[in-house]
Amino acid sequence: MEMLYYPGCTLKTSAVNLERTAFAIAEALGHSLKEMDEWNCCGVVASLTSDDLMHHLAPLRNLIHAQDEGKDSIVTLCDMCCNTLKQTNLRVKESEDDLATLNDFMDLENDYSNSVKVLHFLEFLRDEVGFAVLKKKVKQPLKGLKLMPYYGCTMLRPREVAIDDAEEPVVLHDLIRALGGEVVDNPYKIECCGSYKTIDEKELASNRAYRISSFAVERGADAIMLSCPLCRYNLDVRGKEAESMFENYKQIPIFYYTQLVALALGLDADICEFERNAVDPVPVLKEKGVMQ
Amino acid sequence: MSGKVDTEDTECHTKEITDIPKLDGSLVEEVMALCEENIFGCYQCGTCSAGCPFVLDMDLTPDEVIHYIINDNLDVLKSKTIWLCSSCFVCAERCPRDINITKVMEALRQIILRKNIDETDISCLSDKELREIPQMAFVSLFRKNIG
Repeated sequence: MEMLYYPGCTLKTSAVNLERTAFAIAEALGHSLKEMDEWNCCGVVASLTSDDLMHHLAPLRNLIHAQDEGKDSIVTLCDMCCNTLKQTNLRVKESEDDLATLNDFMDLENDYSNSVKVLHFLEFLRDEVGFAVLKKKVKQPLKGLKLMPYYGCTMLRPREVAIDDAEEPVVLHDLIRALGGEVVDNPYKIECCGSYKTIDEKELASNRAYRISSFAVERGADAIMLSCPLCRYNLDVRGKEAESMFENYKQIPIFYYTQLVALALGLDADICEFERNAVDPVPVLKEKGVMQ
Repeated sequence: MSGKVDTEDTECHTKEITDIPKLDGSLVEEVMALCEENIFGCYQCGTCSAGCPFVLDMDLTPDEVIHYIINDNLDVLKSKTIWLCSSCFVCAERCPRDINITKVMEALRQIILRKNIDETDISCLSDKELREIPQMAFVSLFRKNIG
């Protein structure tokens, strides 16, 4: 199946390896991702005040362009893009007046008719491909690799646009098991990584990384598996910086789930671009025999 | 290899608003118009504060923020709390009175931003950070702190 893909800005810059691995695993599973002919920044954070329709324009314009390409769904890789697009989709679904106002404002665009469904790539893997099918295609199980699944915020909240249970999510847990890895559960799996505060409150982001990762380490995790590019930066880079703030603290490696799926499917490890990580994940992969 | 420990102290910190903007009506009315939440439903149980990942760094806890609004206490607009909130929605998810506190925080930020008050400055970031910090962080910081 060919899925229409909405990238977002970060997937074209600091998270190109998330995109690259997602394209490769979609292909390995008999599907493909086709980038939208035209897209714009989604605005990253959803508009939260009753009278602020202006910030729904950017996400809505993307939904219109998906509609123009004749597709009834789009796949996203970035958690924040997915959340923002889903929230705008929900707002115009619940309010015909708001949709009419937004359509009128963008008079150079076609009207949106509420026809596009926004999917996180994890939803695609879980619901369209199926983890049972994925499991059968695993060539290099992640045997012995103890992974803490980290969900963060925007995949799960607000509840109306969540891809899983807001308090007890399982999608990443199930994915780790399908890949042959071992799940290390951690109550901090749904706590914020520090998000954009990584810019004006660096230490706070390092504190968050320390709190989340150190508990995972205490419970025996070798690494953390996540989805969001901003969570990756905060846990990986700000987590590495936390080593100078906390005695005897050593940050464990951070993986995108797509990197681990790629390795488990036996794809070339080069596409993972592990050299982009602040904490090198290659030693633990070699130690566990996942990488030669 | 990226991610070298940067021990250099920076000037980047959450902004502090000292000049409280004048409001046309009462604070509670303005907040409720912007967020459409029934703030008076709050019975001060503190569940929002118990789950907030940033509460230890806040000057007012989220339940105190609600209390200040109900009392029409404009000092809440000076609070660091409203800028530390990253809109993670944990408080909104767990509130037993179904008050979306995340939207309340946004309403308070908007009251200030709509008076053209903002003090965001990223000049403290190193070239390396400007290159490596994900774009989504910049866009969301500017959306939250500038408008």
